Amino acid sequence: MKRDIIVNKFVIKFANVNGTGSASANKLFSRSVFRMGVPISPKNIFPSNIQGLPTWYEVRINDTGFLGRRGGIDVMVGMNPQSMARDIQEVEKGGYFVYDSTKPIDPSLLRDDIDFIGVPLTEKCREMYEDPRQLQLFRNVMYVGVLTALFDMELEVVKQLISEQFKGREKIVAPNFLAVETGYEMAKKLHACPIAYRVERRDNVGEKILIDGNEACGLGAVYGGATVSAWYPITPSTSVIDNFARYCRKYRIDAETGQKNYAIVQAEDELAAIGMVIGASWNGARAFTATSGPGLSLMNEFLGLAYFAEIPAVLVDVQRAGPSTGMPTRTQQSDVLSAAYASHGDTKHICLYPSTPKECFEYTALAFNLAERFQTPVIVMSDLDLGMNDNMSEPFTWDDAKLYDRGKVFKEEDLENMEERFGRYLDVDGDGIPYRTYPGTHPTKGAFFTRGTSKDEYAIYTENGEKYIENMKRLEKKWKTASHHVPKPVIRKTDKPCTVGVVHFGTSEASTLEALHHLNGMHGISLDSMGIQSFPFADEVGQFIEDHEYVFVVEQNRDAQMRSLLINEYEFDPECLVPILHYDGSPITARFIRHEIRDWILQTTTSPRRRSRFY
Amino acid sequence: MSYKIPAFRHPNLPRNELGHTTKDYEGAVSTLCAGCGHDSISAAIIEACFQKNVPPHRVAKLSGIGCSSKTPTYFLGHSHGFNSVHGRMPSVATGANMANRELLYIGVSGDGDTASIGMGQFVHAVRRNVNMVYICENNGVYGLTKGQDSATTDLGSISKKGEPNALEPIDLCSIALQLGATFVANSFSGDKTQLVPIIKAAMAHRGFAFINVISPCVTFNNTPGSTKAYDYIRQHMASTNTVDYVPPADEITAEFPEGTDELVTMHDGSVINLHKLEKKHDIHSRSSAISLIQEYRAEDKVVTGILFIDEETQDIHETMNTTDRPLRDLGTKELCPGGAELDAINDLHR
Repeated sequence: MKRDIIVNKFVIKFANVNGTGSASANKLFSRSVFRMGVPISPKNIFPSNIQGLPTWYEVRINDTGFLGRRGGIDVMVGMNPQSMARDIQEVEKGGYFVYDSTKPIDPSLLRDDIDFIGVPLTEKCREMYEDPRQLQLFRNVMYVGVLTALFDMELEVVKQLISEQFKGREKIVAPNFLAVETGYEMAKKLHACPIAYRVERRDNVGEKILIDGNEACGLGAVYGGATVSAWYPITPSTSVIDNFARYCRKYRIDAETGQKNYAIVQAEDELAAIGMVIGASWNGARAFTATSGPGLSLMNEFLGLAYFAEIPAVLVDVQRAGPSTGMPTRTQQSDVLSAAYASHGDTKHICLYPSTPKECFEYTALAFNLAERFQTPVIVMSDLDLGMNDNMSEPFTWDDAKLYDRGKVFKEEDLENMEERFGRYLDVDGDGIPYRTYPGTHPTKGAFFTRGTSKDEYAIYTENGEKYIENMKRLEKKWKTASHHVPKPVIRKTDKPCTVGVVHFGTSEASTLEALHHLNGMHGISLDSMGIQSFPFADEVGQFIEDHEYVFVVEQNRDAQMRSLLINEYEFDPECLVPILHYDGSPITARFIRHEIRDWILQTTTSPRRRSRFY
Repeated sequence: MSYKIPAFRHPNLPRNELGHTTKDYEGAVSTLCAGCGHDSISAAIIEACFQKNVPPHRVAKLSGIGCSSKTPTYFLGHSHGFNSVHGRMPSVATGANMANRELLYIGVSGDGDTASIGMGQFVHAVRRNVNMVYICENNGVYGLTKGQDSATTDLGSISKKGEPNALEPIDLCSIALQLGATFVANSFSGDKTQLVPIIKAAMAHRGFAFINVISPCVTFNNTPGSTKAYDYIRQHMASTNTVDYVPPADEITAEFPEGTDELVTMHDGSVINLHKLEKKHDIHSRSSAISLIQEYRAEDKVVTGILFIDEETQDIHETMNTTDRPLRDLGTKELCPGGAELDAINDLHR
C-alpha cells in the first residue's frame, strides 16, 4: 500500500484484556511520546470489572496541540482475541493493525485496505520466561519496543522512563530493558521500519505537565486547606481521595509529633459522607467529599439542608454515564441539572466546570473559598474523561501571598465587642451573606441553633410566611452576589463580526475548539465561542447568548441539560439554543462536533441570505 | 414557636464551680406535650452539665428529626445546636468532632431516628467510637406523625391505636454492645436519680457513650397495654446498679461492703462508683451485659443502669492519630504546601 508519511499526527489504540498489566505498558508508550516533546491525549476506555474483560487505551498524538478526541483510529494494537473482530473493523482505511502473530489471525477478519503487522510476542516470551505472570507483563513491555521501532521513536527515551519508574528497584530495570529491546529488534527484523506513521522529536510540550484531573482535584483540596474529608468509594471519583490522602501523607504530617493535620473518614455511604462534611464545615473546618452521580443523588437531602441552613460544603462530582448505575466506567456530563438544583424545595448550588487538570486544581482550591464566603455547597463538576485520563495541562501555579478566605465569621473578640443581638441570618452588609459563628467561641454570645426548618434572622424557628419569604429572598440575593464572584466565562471571538456562537463547558472544550478551527479552515465557517465556567451564570454568559442569533450548546448528555439550565435561568427562546449532544459514554470528538454544526448549518439555512451568517 | 423562659430566678440558687446556676444551662421553653418523658431527660442533661461544671458554650448539641430531636432547643441555650436531617445526626456529629476534638458532643435522637431511618449511621458511629454522648429517647412510638409503632415497640405492645405490635423489637443496647460500643447504659426518664449520674459518667467517657432512655410518650403510647408506659416501666424496671459520679479532685471516702461496689476511673480522672445490685454481672464483660439484658427480658423486666464500660478505649482521633489541636484552627501556613513545592510536583509530571 502506498502511503504518505505522517509525522506526529495520528491516533493509536491499544486493545487489551483488563487485569493483565497492560495499563502501565500503554502509559509507558504515551509518556515516551510526551517526553519527545510531542503533545498527546490518552483516553482509557475500560470496563466496570477487575479482570478478564476488554479494555482499550486510545492515544491521540498531535504536535499542533489539539487535545480532544479526534475520532477514528490509525493504528490498532490488537492484543485481545475477544475484541479482535471489532478492533480490526475500527481501523481507518490506510491504517495498521499490529498484533501478536503467535496465533494466526482468522482469515475472514482480514481487510485489504489496512496493513497487518504480526509479531510473535507470546512465542518469544515463552522462550524467555517461565513464570506465566512474567510472560504476560513483559509481553506488554515488548510491544512498546515493537512500536518504538515502527514509529522510529527514540529507544533511549523509553529506557529512561523505565529507569525513572523503577528508581530504587534496579533489579526490575534490566528485565524491562531486555523486553523492550527484544520487541524493538523483532520489529526491525520482521518488518520494514519505520512505517508511514512516525513520531519525531519536537519542542511542542513546553512547560506542560501530564496529569489526571482526579489527582489535580486531590491536590487542589490539599492546597485549598481541606482538613476533613469524608467519602464513600465510587468510580470514577475514588482516586480524588486517594490522591488527597497521598499528598496529605507527604505534606500534612507534623514532623515533630508524627500526628496528622487532616482526617479522612471512609463513610458508610454517601449520605454519611456529606453529613460529615456538613458537620465539619459547620464546626469551622474546611471539608469536602468526592463522588459521582449515584452518590450525588443520595446526597440530595443533605445538600438542601446545607443550602437552607447556610453551611459550607465542597463536593467533587466526577460525572459518569447515567441514569442509575448507567455505564460506571464511561464518561458523561449528565449531572448538570441534578447538581445545580439538588434537593427538594427551591434550591440552587454553586457549580464549577473545569476543562483541564489546571482548572481542576484551581477550582477545587477555589471551591473552599467560595463555600465559606457564601456559606453554601460548591460542586466541582469534573467527569470521568478529565478525572481518570492523563491530560496535558499548563503547569499548576500558586500565589503564596494569598491567604484562605474564611468568609464572614465572628470571632470571640467580635462577639465580645458586640452590643446588639447576634443574628445568624441577618443581612448586615446588604449582600445577602450573613455572619456565622463557630461552636465554642464565646461563653455567652453568638450561640445559635442550626436547623433545616424555617427560621427568622435570629435562627429562631418560625412558620410565619412573611419571615419565610424574607429569608428566601435573602438567599436569592446571596445567589446574585455569588454570580459576581464565581469564575467568568472564557469568551473567544473570531476576528469577523459573527452572529452565531458556540457554548461549551468542562471536557467538551478541547474538541469544540478544534472543531471550530477546522470549520473555519475546511468550510470557511467562523463562530464565536464561550466556555461556561460556573453556575450561577456570570452576567457575561447571558450577554454572549443575547449577542448572537443562534448559539450551539455542546454537551455530553442526552437531554441538553446545560441548554435547559440556560433557558431556565434566562428565559431565552429555546429556538435560539441549538443542542449538540454526544452521550455514548466516550469522550466527545472534534469530528462529531464539526459534522453536527456543519450539517445543521447546511440543513437549516437554505436561503443564501441566512447562510451568509455563517460564512 | 420557642418561648423564652422568664429571666427571674431565686437569688440563692446554688452555683457550681464555674459560678453558674442551673439557669445558665437551660434552653427555651419546651413545646412538647405536658408530661413527656423527653422533658425529664432535658432536665437531667441540664442537671448533669451543671453538676459536672461543664462550660455551656463548650458543648455542641446535635439531633436528627422527631420529638426527641426537638429537645436540644430546650436545654443548654448557650451552646451551639444542630437539628440536622432524619436519622443523620451521627454523621453530622462525626464530622463536627473531626473538626474540633475539644468540644463535648451531645447527640439526642429517638427510636425512629436511631432504630429505623438512622440505623446505618448509628451503627457506624458506634464502630468508629466517636467521642460523644449519644442519648436515644426511646418511647417506642412515632410521636410527631401521631402514633405509629416504631422499630423498638415490643412484640404485643398496644399503643393508643389499639393494635398489638406484630413485630420483634430492636434492642438498641444489645446492638450497641455487639457493635463494640465502649459505654452502654439503659435508663428511664422517670428515674432522675439514676439518669443524672449516668449522663455525667457518659460525658466523662472518652469514646462513644450510648444511653438508651425509655421515655414514655404521654399522648400516644402511655396506654395500659404499652410496654413503654410509665406504669409498665415503673413496675418492670430492675436496676443492675446505681451510680455515683465522683469528680476528679474529690477523694472517695465512703466504704462499702466488699463485692457490692466497683470503682471505675474514667479518662478525665473522675471515678464512677457503681453500687452493684446484680452481683453476678461484670460491667467490663460485653457478653455478661448481653446475657443480662436477655435474662431480664425473659422475665419481662427492663434492666437499667450502666451495663458496660471499657474505660481504656481509644477514641477515633487517637485511632487516626490526628493532631491534638482542633483541625479547624489550622491556618494557611500549616495547611498549604506552597508554590515552591507545587513547582516540584509539576516536575514530577513531565
